[in-house]
Amino acid sequence: MKILVPVKRVIDANIRVRVKDDHSGVETANIKMAINPFCEIAVEEALRLKEKGSAEEIIIVSVGPAKCIETIRNGLAMGANRGIHVLCDNSPEPLALAKILKMIVERESVGLVLLGKQSIDDDNNQTGQMLAALLGWPLGSYISSIAVNDKGFEIVREIDSGLERLQLTAPAIMTADLRLNEPRYASLPNIMQAKKKPIEELTPIDLGIDITPRVQTIEVHEPPAREAGIMVSGASELVDKLKNEAKVI
Amino acid sequence: MRVLVIAECEKGLLVPATLNTITAAQQIGSEIDVLIAGHDCSVLVDSLSKVAGLAKVLCCEHPDFENHITENLAVLIQSISGNYSHVMAAATTFGKALIPYAGALCDVQAISDISEVVDADTFVRPIYAGNALATVKSSDSLKMITVRATSFELTITEGGNAKVENVQSTGANENLQFIEQMLSLSERPELTSAKVVISGGRGMKDGENFKMLESLADKMGGAVGASRAAVDAGFVPNDYQVGQTGKVVAPDLYIAVGISGAIQHLAGMKDSKVIVAINTDEDAPIFQVSDYGWNEDLFTAIPDLTNALES
Ligand SMILES: Cc1cc2nc3c(=O)[nH]c(=O)nc-3n(C[C@H](O)[C@H](O)[C@H](O)COP(=O)(O)OP(=O)(O)OC[C@H]3O[C@@H](n4cnc5c(N)ncnc54)[C@H](O)[C@@H]3O)c2cc1C
Ligand SMILES: Nc1ncnc2c1ncn2[C@@H]1O[C@H](COP(=O)(O)O)[C@@H](O)[C@H]1O
Repeated sequence: MKILVPVKRVIDANIRVRVKDDHSGVETANIKMAINPFCEIAVEEALRLKEKGSAEEIIIVSVGPAKCIETIRNGLAMGANRGIHVLCDNSPEPLALAKILKMIVERESVGLVLLGKQSIDDDNNQTGQMLAALLGWPLGSYISSIAVNDKGFEIVREIDSGLERLQLTAPAIMTADLRLNEPRYASLPNIMQAKKKPIEELTPIDLGIDITPRVQTIEVHEPPAREAGIMVSGASELVDKLKNEAKVI
Repeated sequence: MRVLVIAECEKGLLVPATLNTITAAQQIGSEIDVLIAGHDCSVLVDSLSKVAGLAKVLCCEHPDFENHITENLAVLIQSISGNYSHVMAAATTFGKALIPYAGALCDVQAISDISEVVDADTFVRPIYAGNALATVKSSDSLKMITVRATSFELTITEGGNAKVENVQSTGANENLQFIEQMLSLSERPELTSAKVVISGGRGMKDGENFKMLESLADKMGGAVGASRAAVDAGFVPNDYQVGQTGKVVAPDLYIAVGISGAIQHLAGMKDSKVIVAINTDEDAPIFQVSDYGWNEDLFTAIPDLTNALES
């Protein structure tokens, strides 16, 4: 089985983003970028499946500007075999992205696509679901465990009310939640080795996909700020404030 | 504008976020239908038909929908989507999985987690863990949307007289089988609709100590939540997680206990009316968003607070 892992390059999770003065978006110049944390979890899970003998090859794909190659190299340094970079100005909307991924899945005869559940910049939480719909493959969204069996995969999903266990027939789509695993660090030798691993370059046009946006961002604003209030020094003072000042209890 | 709202039910009860979603739908269109698909949903059909201002309640009662499988419901939605300008569901794990899936079937770019309706094509949604709010405009003729429940009031559940219509199942996807759900059972109010939420973080040290928060919550009629760190450490189950990638809550009172206040946590609770933080680190970022900060060891503070509420 081949596993495809789509990875997104995003602003590092520890950076506090700032909205641009012209309200066109957030400041990205000279800001630390990283692999989207959920994608990193997806890469780790693919590696574990390979180490258990359930997969032969792991392909990392990223769609976006030239710098996405760095993000692909992150995945290769963790241990994936090769990369595909689909070059375009920005990360496309999830629907267009899912169409691109579908073409790659079909070209490569992939048996499992492991995505992150959510990109932490746009907070879409859509691409895996859309890819499953376009391919007609079963979907395991928000998964916290995978077990490979004869028919495909038994997975556990994190849902609002607890956990859910499903059996998916292979091939399948899955989106990784936080508890699926803890990603490894790439070792220095592996980082060096990753530089030699092949990365194929494609464009959406090569794949015949129109990535014209359907949703236009009109403006981006800071949310209203919350002010720090006061410090209390004991339980009775707090209860008094909550009862008589805030009137919430 | 004719809007379809997908109702969510669980254990035979309507998930309250459906009622917030109907409010958002009412800000878009004048004709609102609700679809409820399930195995045993006739009780709910009755109560839904009384929700003020609904035109129709569409009911698909069939075992195919017993376990709310995304694939099955999305195909059903696609089959009736031609009648609508908008299809909406709450941004719960149910809605977040369903709407993009149905969107792709209909060739629609879905819009996630809206917090405001500007007009029928234009919506506001938080991005970057709520550190920015984007106003976005869709050019798709059909809009498929998930709704941040805490940003909209509950709709009025009385006085309506919607027509009930049955719809046929479009079948079940053979490529997946439901095995089981392992639900966290709690007598306490549901986290996202509770008036008081008390959340514990890494500072709680272990799961046993959450009992202190539970008894405090019980005194206040509240729910118990947690930070990611507390869930990852196995103190409490995953469905307790509040934050960017967990649940979004906005109670009247949120008490953060031993939680530092990372942006991903704030994303899930900073719209609470009143925030209290209890933390030993006076520089913890949580104090910057708290109405009342208490720089105290939680193992002293929580018993003290519980006692103070008694007297
Ligand atoms: C992709 C991604 C998604 C994430 N999603 C979420 C999410 O949805 N929700 C979420 O919460 N986090 C999320 N996080 C994690 C987030 O970044 C923080 O790591 C997490 O919120 C920290 O949890 P914490 O505050 O409990 O732990 P810490 O940051 O370790 O803070 C513990 C606090 O407890 C205090 N403390 C310790 N002992 C005591 C005591 N005895 N009495 C009082 N105070 C004490 C300490 O001073 C400290 O401030 C996400 C991170 C990533 C990368
Ligand atoms: N530009 C991109 N290139 C490759 N994969 C992506 C890209 N954007 C999103 N993804 C994948 O889709 C997942 C969910 O993203 P989203 O639907 O944007 O929240 C991510 O975790 C990635 O696995």
